[in-house]
Amino acid sequence: MPKVKVKRKGVALDMTAMCDVAFLLLTFFILTTKFKPNEPLTVDTPTSISTTKVPESDIMLISIGNDGRIFFGIDGQYDRITMLDRIAKEKGITFSDKQKKAFSLMDSFGCPINQLPGFLNLDGPDMQRFEQKGIPCDSLTNELYTWVLNARYTNPKIRIAIKGDRKADYKIVKNIIATLQDQNINRFNLVTGMEGRPTVEAPTAPI
Amino acid sequence: MADMGEGGGGHDDKKGKKKKKGSPRVDMTPMVDLGFLLITFFMLTTTMSKPQAMELNMPDKTEKPDETQKIKESHSLTVILGEDDKIYWFQGLAKDATIGDNGGITDYSSTGIRKVILDKTKEVGYNYEKKLWNLIIVIKAKDESKYKNIVDILDEMAITGSKRYAIVAFTDEDKAVIAKFDGNGSTEAAAPAPTN
Repeated sequence: MPKVKVKRKGVALDMTAMCDVAFLLLTFFILTTKFKPNEPLTVDTPTSISTTKVPESDIMLISIGNDGRIFFGIDGQYDRITMLDRIAKEKGITFSDKQKKAFSLMDSFGCPINQLPGFLNLDGPDMQRFEQKGIPCDSLTNELYTWVLNARYTNPKIRIAIKGDRKADYKIVKNIIATLQDQNINRFNLVTGMEGRPTVEAPTAPI
Repeated sequence: MADMGEGGGGHDDKKGKKKKKGSPRVDMTPMVDLGFLLITFFMLTTTMSKPQAMELNMPDKTEKPDETQKIKESHSLTVILGEDDKIYWFQGLAKDATIGDNGGITDYSSTGIRKVILDKTKEVGYNYEKKLWNLIIVIKAKDESKYKNIVDILDEMAITGSKRYAIVAFTDEDKAVIAKFDGNGSTEAAAPAPTN
């Protein structure tokens, strides 16, 4: 029995619609994406059930690494330069325009003030390789106090967030909180990851 | 548009007939490929979820002593965060810890400290005047405890709906309490604490 052979033709698909969708999505993702800033310190935050979002602007971020190093950063390139100028004046250091520019581009840094000019002179790759020791924050030298104070002078509306690694010692956190409390800051945010709320009945008031 | 194409220039070798001016068919496949490749890239690199934050309010250091109010000692529940994710808890004064079934060693699981807090909240009762639960939780973190521990315990406060809590400095007295718990911990004091 002869089989009728149907010659298969390549089906021409109209790709236009698909292409439209693809590029629509592409545009969406390009516009919404915000690249992860190159963090010199990796922080693995603990999780909490809190659903408050970290504010995007007017924020000061104090990061604690699992090795106890403290990094500091504020948002706004202009504010960063103003803050650096204040520090320079206070400490009697002068920064060149190139150094200021380099500083304004850093999201966070963890370099003691005396190493800062040298650090800012480095070029891109060298800067990333540079091992930052963390900002000193103990009873002997508390540079974090100076940074926080000047950041607040620069931007009085600034809010404070502490982003700690889950393995960071409480001792470091305690020192940071004490530093903030010395400036009469009693409200701040702890940055955490997301976690589902367990189904627990919080005790309700008896009537 | 879809039927444009292969027949496009095939039959018009007849002279005189005008060439049909159709838009030429473009093979869109590579373009779509590229589009989806880029989509994949951006989808993977994008960070959609912003980090969350929990608010922490610390008491004012310059508080005047005469403004502080005394509380009944049985209304306080002290929670000490030790190393290795251990929690020591007791009710009332430090000298009463480990006496009878007061206090124990527990952990951060849902049957651990959460159960203790919920039980104690109900046990201590409700203040109808102030519309508050009587229980006040005093959190003391040892230097060796981790940042995760303090976040976890604050989280438990939110989960159990405890509004009255304070983070207080860890003292030598608390060290003694830990030693007391560790000394006879596993046999007596830990027994009432849930172990499952």
